[in-house]
Amino acid sequence: MRGYVPGCEVKVPVTLAEALDVLAAEPGGWRPMAGGTDLMVLFNAGRMPAGRFLDLSRIEELRGIWEDETTLRFGALTTFSEMRDCPSVHRHLPNLVKSARATGALAIQNRGTLGGNIANASPAADTPPSLLAYGAELELVSLRGRRTVAYDAFHQGYKQMDLAVDELVAGIRVPKPQGLGFHFYRKVGTRQAQAISKLCLAAYARIEGGLIAEFRVGLGSLAPAPVRARRAEAMILGKPLTALQVTAAREALMADICPIDDIRSTVHYRRVVTANVFQQMLEELAHA
Amino acid sequence: MAEKIRLQLTVNGEPRSVEVFPMARLVDVLREELKLTGTKEGCGEGECGACTVRLDGRIVNSCLIPAIQAQGSELLTVEGLAEQEHLHPLQQAFHHHNGAQCGFCTPGMLIAAEDLLRRCPNPDEGQIREGLSGNLCRCTGYVKIVDAVKAAAEGGRA
Ligand SMILES: Cc1cc2nc3c(=O)[nH]c(=O)nc-3n(C[C@H](O)[C@H](O)[C@H](O)COP(=O)(O)OP(=O)(O)OC[C@H]3O[C@@H](n4cnc5c(N)ncnc54)[C@H](O)[C@@H]3O)c2cc1C
Ligand code: FES
Ligand code: FES
Repeated sequence: MRGYVPGCEVKVPVTLAEALDVLAAEPGGWRPMAGGTDLMVLFNAGRMPAGRFLDLSRIEELRGIWEDETTLRFGALTTFSEMRDCPSVHRHLPNLVKSARATGALAIQNRGTLGGNIANASPAADTPPSLLAYGAELELVSLRGRRTVAYDAFHQGYKQMDLAVDELVAGIRVPKPQGLGFHFYRKVGTRQAQAISKLCLAAYARIEGGLIAEFRVGLGSLAPAPVRARRAEAMILGKPLTALQVTAAREALMADICPIDDIRSTVHYRRVVTANVFQQMLEELAHA
Repeated sequence: MAEKIRLQLTVNGEPRSVEVFPMARLVDVLREELKLTGTKEGCGEGECGACTVRLDGRIVNSCLIPAIQAQGSELLTVEGLAEQEHLHPLQQAFHHHNGAQCGFCTPGMLIAAEDLLRRCPNPDEGQIREGLSGNLCRCTGYVKIVDAVKAAAEGGRA
């Protein structure tokens, strides 16, 4: 059964202030909608009751990619195609380009947004691992004000986020990697297009004087929410490139993840393949 | 009950105006209100591409677009490809290479292929496959479709 179309009201604010007013007046009463590529699927399948939607898509303030010396900032409405088309994203954040290319197929990439990918809070979403690896921050905004949260503290459990009902994701800030960087992204799915990840691993390392000076690994489909591999990271951080403790780090990684059996894959497959992809990443890192 | 909106948009170059519910799906607006039944619905969840149309210069799945998000937009559907009696070069190539069997995926394939050739006039096979990767076909096995797109690209204008 489809969602009941005549029962759905939609508000279309054209400024952020208007949208925040609506959310503040009736917290939880209006469901934000950006590209609709998650919401419309639920709605068409009748898995979302008829309701009230706040269409964000006309709010110019939520669009655009901005850049200064140290940071790339994405408006929440930035689409996957806009990331793929932006030379600065290619230059500084290649993992994010790979995430965008690996998401759905072109028609989805033209419509789906970065803010929606984050706020939908699927553990299997494909940009979060890259954002975690790059140390991204989110700008959250409500009538009460604007605040910044580290993205690695945003997801707090399955579909649980540090996002109040009157708040929107306004933007995503990603620090530009400086110096000698190593970037790795791998999504494992059934086919290249339209497949939700069985698992996904993104890594970023900064190399200084032969040492790993900065190192983060973001994981998808391996925990109730996108997570960092903190134990595995700790085994690698600060070590010389020539003496990476691959076996120990692989073992530590197994304690970072808690995959489940589901329609896309199994615990066993996910553990084995994650360990292998991680090891391949470290081998590439050792030769960076 | 929500109130209907007056949806104004340009479809295949012609201004159109209809009263619809704001959350009506664009695919239903096209097929049921505007009687443009070339656009098909396969899955209704963004997976198959049968409902692909071009909206403001970019291809989208019309089953995932609420009418209100199409307000003021410019649309191209399969009905807009041919110029009067003359099939579009892609349509000719699909015909010639047997790129259509049952034909259900064809309108979406044609719109996706047209979009690809506009962005990338001389695609290699990998680019064609990526450009059409959101469009499923249960009949042809894709080879003939890829051949048709290649032929249309080599034939010049797309
Ligand atoms: C066929 C298909 C294939 C797909 N493949 C992939 C894939 O490979 N990888 C992947 O990661 N995803 C995939 N998706 C899922 C989807 O496209 C993405 O998650 C997309 O980024 C969602 O963005 P949207 O703007 O369309 O979100 P919407 O559907 O508009 O919203 C999603 C959720 O986020 C909330 N929201 C949106 N914007 C904001 C904001 N600014 N502030 C607060 N809340 C907000 C909404 O309330 C809603 O709960 C696929 C979807 C389809 C239909
Ligand atoms: S009907 Fe829209 S993608 Fe299948
Ligand atoms: S020709 Fe039948 S689905 Fe493609």
